[in-house]
Amino acid sequence: MLKLKVNEIDVEVDEGLTVLQACEKAGVEIPRFCYHEKLSIAGNCRMCLVELEKSPKPVASCAMPAAEGMNIKTNTEFVEKARKGVMEFLLANHPLDCPVCDQGGECDLQDQSMFYGVDKSRYKENKREVSEKNMGPLIKTQMTRCIHCTRCVRFATEVAGVTEIGAIGRGEDMEITTYLEQSMQSELSANVVDLCPVGALTSKPYVFEARPWELKKTESIDVMDAIGSNIRVDTYGWEVKRILPRINEDINEEWISDKTRYACDGLLNQRLDTPYIKYNGKFEKASWNEVFNIIKSKFKNADKNKICGMSGDLVNMETLYIFKEFFNKTLGSYNVESRSDHTYLNPQNRENYLFNSTINGIEEADFILLVGSNPRYEATILNARIRKAYLQNKTKIISLNNVGDLTYPYESLDGDIENIKKITEDNHEVSNLIKQAKKPLIIFGQSSLKTKSAKYIFESFKSFLKKNNKISDEWNSLNTISENASTVGSFDLGLYKTVDGSNEVLKNLENHMFEIVYLLGVDNLKFEKKNEFVIYQGSHGDKGADIADIILPGAAYTEQNGYFTNLEGKLQKAYKASFPPEEAKEDWLIINELAEAMNHRKLFNDKDELDSSLLNQINLFIEKDKSIKASSVKNLEFNKEILKVENEDYYYSNAIARASKTMFECKKAKINLKLTGTEG
Amino acid sequence: MSLRRPSKEQPENFEFNAASLEAAKVIIEKYPKDKQQSAVMALLYIAQKQNSNWIPLAAMKCIGKFLDMPYIKIYEVATFYTMYNLAPVGKYFIQVCTTTPCMIRGAYKVVEACKEKISENENELSKDQSCSWMEVECLGACVNAPMMQVNDDYYEDLDKENTLKILDKILGGEIPKPGSYRGRKNNEPENNRKTLMDLKNA
Repeated sequence: MLKLKVNEIDVEVDEGLTVLQACEKAGVEIPRFCYHEKLSIAGNCRMCLVELEKSPKPVASCAMPAAEGMNIKTNTEFVEKARKGVMEFLLANHPLDCPVCDQGGECDLQDQSMFYGVDKSRYKENKREVSEKNMGPLIKTQMTRCIHCTRCVRFATEVAGVTEIGAIGRGEDMEITTYLEQSMQSELSANVVDLCPVGALTSKPYVFEARPWELKKTESIDVMDAIGSNIRVDTYGWEVKRILPRINEDINEEWISDKTRYACDGLLNQRLDTPYIKYNGKFEKASWNEVFNIIKSKFKNADKNKICGMSGDLVNMETLYIFKEFFNKTLGSYNVESRSDHTYLNPQNRENYLFNSTINGIEEADFILLVGSNPRYEATILNARIRKAYLQNKTKIISLNNVGDLTYPYESLDGDIENIKKITEDNHEVSNLIKQAKKPLIIFGQSSLKTKSAKYIFESFKSFLKKNNKISDEWNSLNTISENASTVGSFDLGLYKTVDGSNEVLKNLENHMFEIVYLLGVDNLKFEKKNEFVIYQGSHGDKGADIADIILPGAAYTEQNGYFTNLEGKLQKAYKASFPPEEAKEDWLIINELAEAMNHRKLFNDKDELDSSLLNQINLFIEKDKSIKASSVKNLEFNKEILKVENEDYYYSNAIARASKTMFECKKAKINLKLTGTEG
Repeated sequence: MSLRRPSKEQPENFEFNAASLEAAKVIIEKYPKDKQQSAVMALLYIAQKQNSNWIPLAAMKCIGKFLDMPYIKIYEVATFYTMYNLAPVGKYFIQVCTTTPCMIRGAYKVVEACKEKISENENELSKDQSCSWMEVECLGACVNAPMMQVNDDYYEDLDKENTLKILDKILGGEIPKPGSYRGRKNNEPENNRKTLMDLKNA
């Protein structure tokens, strides 16, 4: 520990910290532009100058290591003058276009020049003009405003792992640009908009939409992937204007993926705003009473074994819970399933479908094996963590398949499942690597759980890890990347019907054994409809609504309070930022009212009762899970097979993203880049 | 000076020829393992030499692959240093020094001569496409001011008249004699030494 003084306040800081961090610890605010906690230190904006005793010149505190006995002053006239001087230089070439700048109201330069700057300019010279740069469909540039803090350059190089942004030219002619003005090929690219302290990089889809003080801000949880990134939803009336990241060091740190950020305009399009009934292949508007009556009579006349319910990828846990209750109690059916494909599931233990090492744990890992996974697309934020781990510890990473650029180097095997067999039989070099590693990380992607040998891959690997003591209370090396936001929640609540890991409901559905199919936000189901009567409840008119006979308009994730469990098993609550459009209702309410219409009894009196019942159920489940000793799975069947990692269209993976114009633009930009052959 | 941009007309491909490749390998070997990226500046210079005094984007890509380095990093370096030419220059590339000592001694007369003989503007090819000129900062020959550099050679102690003569010769495809044009040997004082007369080897 180092002892030093900041403005005559004594502070103790760890060794290796900078003067700026020491000042922050003493509760003294230092203005800065280029310094950012998560990025390397550049020290080029000079805004953080402080006075250091015995130093004749002011010192850039962000780049100066703290030392024993330092006496730092930040409130003297000397510092004030230094800051004013720096600010004057920064503004020398900065345009006075705040009224037409999207950053206005949340601009670091604006705020700090108000606080630390001078109120008039001494410059009569013309300001420089820099042409706009193309950085793709998400980032709008206005490079005249750039103050060359290089945060975006460092972000792209360090965190995103795509070295595509740089500073060209020198001195007054320095310009920030992507290589030959191509769009940035990263799924984290839009984070540079948040990082930019001025209005040089702003959000293209959000351009001139609103001012920050007009927006209602709601802290919430993202549902675009299973990570559960913490977000802030900004709304103007009903419209969700934008989505920003919230800091959560355990999950997304400060970043969110482009899909999380920009799929929100899909919340405005393709919405189901009133109940519909299909007559002669055409949808017609109906009232809630009408549709409830039809559903009631249909259910009354149906054999309860010929009814099934499937839940989708963006459904919150309250709705999942009441959905299951509705089927079990009101209808007396147990055909409820959350998987819309034949993914292998062993629900004996919770660890079988969780990312057990936790996202933070990735940084501690000393060996990573990817089995049928492309984390860059399946869990973008998690991939950024793997990159961070690689940068920090040079972690060795091996993938069973070659899945292209993951933003970090890795070795790839040929994708043959024979490899898994050899590894688990202790007959492969990877086996030794796993055994030698203290904290190995084995990551199963969805592609590996969809193969014919999924059971063999997963179970034999698990027993191999168990045998070598890699699954224990301290470190659990077994990890699965879940596909969707609601996957883990559905499994926790028991929305599956399985024999030996199979998907029984889907199997029967494909054999057309059901008469009535209730789809709860299911849009990724590949299913040829025959004579089934399909009820679709959801927010968007997408694939699910297409095959429906009755549509119940539900709410999207920003329009209702709801719990989500992320891939690590962390329960988080998403809050209501907006409200469902027109006749649409919150999802749990629809099912509750339907239950009432069916037999004159609500399942739950109100949302509070549902919430407490749900939390109770989850707590009991987790308690029980700890005490279960899983029996070993037998009948492992090995099929010779080549594992293929197939990622669904990243920008089109769910109903909201498919309705989003911005996601369409992103997809197009990517295709264009491939066509021109300038990639790579 | 303004930001230099890559030429609009770019060759499709660039490969190091055998001699350049040899030179590049020698340079890379000077750096520790995994630090081969340090050789980027030297390699850019080699590429410029090979490609008649300018660096096309294809060459930057080629170097990027060679040194396992992102293209933008090379682009940054190439745009930063003014001695890398990003657009075609003449076979005879003339750099006229216009920094203070040369300027005082009449560098602008030399510039005038270039404008008359080669092209109206800097970095513009002459009519026969063989020549281009540009103003540069100090080339370190202030004692022989004013001066200009043609490819690798210095032409010193110039005035407008003999600059015109030199340029005429160059445009005629002939390489004039480099060095002082007032009959000096290197940078010895004009009309013999005036100090340190008693020292033989001074």
